[in-house]
Amino acid sequence: MTELTSLTIAEARAKLAAKEIKAVELTQAYIQAIEAANPEINAYVAVTPEIALDMAKASDARIADGKAGVLEGIPLGVKDLFATKGVHTQACSHILDGFKPEYESTVTQNLWDAGAVMLGKLNMDEFAMGSSNESSYYGPVVNPWKATGSDEKLVPGGSSGGSAAAVAAHLCAGATATDTGGSIRQPAAFTGTVGIKPTYGRVSRWGVVAYASSLDQAGPIARDVRDAAILLKSMASVDAKDTTSVDLPVPDYEAALGQSLKGMKIGIPKEYRVEGMSDEIEKLWAQGIAWLKDAGAEIVDISLPHTKYALPAYYIVAPAEASSNLARYDGVRYGLRVDGKDIADMYEKTRAEGFGKEVKRRIMVGTYVLSAGYYDAYYLKAQKVRTLIKRDFETVFNAGVDAILAPITPSSAFAIGDKELAADPVKMYLQDVFTITLNMAGLPGISVPAGLDSKGLPLGLQVIGKPFDEETLFRTAHVIEQAAGTFTPAKWW
Amino acid sequence: MSVDLATVKRVARLARIAVSEEEAERMTGELNGILGFVEQLSEVDVTGIEPMTSVTPMAMKKRHDVVTDGDKADAIVANAPQTDRNFFMVPKVVE
Repeated sequence: MTELTSLTIAEARAKLAAKEIKAVELTQAYIQAIEAANPEINAYVAVTPEIALDMAKASDARIADGKAGVLEGIPLGVKDLFATKGVHTQACSHILDGFKPEYESTVTQNLWDAGAVMLGKLNMDEFAMGSSNESSYYGPVVNPWKATGSDEKLVPGGSSGGSAAAVAAHLCAGATATDTGGSIRQPAAFTGTVGIKPTYGRVSRWGVVAYASSLDQAGPIARDVRDAAILLKSMASVDAKDTTSVDLPVPDYEAALGQSLKGMKIGIPKEYRVEGMSDEIEKLWAQGIAWLKDAGAEIVDISLPHTKYALPAYYIVAPAEASSNLARYDGVRYGLRVDGKDIADMYEKTRAEGFGKEVKRRIMVGTYVLSAGYYDAYYLKAQKVRTLIKRDFETVFNAGVDAILAPITPSSAFAIGDKELAADPVKMYLQDVFTITLNMAGLPGISVPAGLDSKGLPLGLQVIGKPFDEETLFRTAHVIEQAAGTFTPAKWW
Repeated sequence: MSVDLATVKRVARLARIAVSEEEAERMTGELNGILGFVEQLSEVDVTGIEPMTSVTPMAMKKRHDVVTDGDKADAIVANAPQTDRNFFMVPKVVE
């Protein structure tokens, strides 16, 4: 049975279509794998075996009738941030205790319409606020990767840590994830998986629990570039329910794979060579450049002068939007309620008990920067800096650059409970230094594994593209994957 | 700019989050750390720069001003901690 879970989506799709395997068998194999691994990895916060088997049976019937969808019978995991009707949806927060939506998010509906099977809900940082998955109410996720000769438990990154770990440990064929500041790409890099944050507006945000609405964007985490392309094709749509959803047809991303890079111009931003960057990241980056050159791309040095201001601007914009979005959790309409002596006391006690430390911290920062007298100095200033960050990219793209190659993380995965990072929130925020600029500018970025470091842990590279040019990202990432190979952790669970 | 303990308590009140004395003290340090970090934006000259209001150039979609939804009171209150005949129940607010 374990063999079935090692199939990629493309491989499983072919075997299902050829009737070599049944959707029910494939789903059962994953349910067994989850039962065995989840006590160790903690990737799932809710497993839905009955729903999964019902969906798989329906898939088998549709395949038999010749009515198979593009993801027919493919078992997927769903980040706990996506509303799934009647199923655990709590953004891994205590404040959403018991919440079971009466509706389905557009992204998950698109996947089920394509025939995919839901295995359950995946662990994440509370309300997607974090870079290590340690802020989840359901406890940290353990990275399926361990350093060579070490038994230390490592983080899978965050916030989509459950999604990345489940994909890496073969506990689902692919997963949905979201990225507000790097939450798809950084965990993908830490687990040797592929993650793409599409252009803002490409994927509907309807039914996705909001963190920072001008930055949030959903995308897939998958085992390889092809699987990521297959998943994004189904996740993306034009959606009347999301006013920021863009009216552009969704291309066939898979068709972009294998296309030549000849004539393409790849920019290398000098500002991403940050102080204290490890030699290994530096070497990996140089290797990536060499691979793209070998594939026929022209490499050009570029400058994105406002890069270093993306992180501080983010820590104004994101908390400000979060403080507004999270005002709805008041103990009245859904989730947790802690009684108080009057209504204000009830609100304050509910929110004090329901939110974790990091979420409270961000709500507080957001409330402060939006409070009377500070709006211009903080929020308005940050939004102006955002215009400059976006302009940097526009200048480079207008000069003929087709895509940008950059590192994705400052290091490989770190230990759960890392004292230095826990002691200083700003240090943890620096995890996102290479990823956050894209969210600020709304641009797409893909994280693709490019090698292992000296500790035997995966490292990734990031390809950044023009708005709505995800095809170029898949094409370029595929070249890197062809050269670097794919990476699977040794099973210890 | 930095915040003192009284400001942190005021902000917590605005954010409707109950904080103990101890938590407020810890948060004062953390908030000052974050505000100190974002302070570097003061180096950036933003004279004549428009604030970003949309990451992609697009006109916001509008819909016709008609009723498209409704008649689902049961679903709306289904997740509420306390309800009575499709009303959300809260502690008494007027005497």
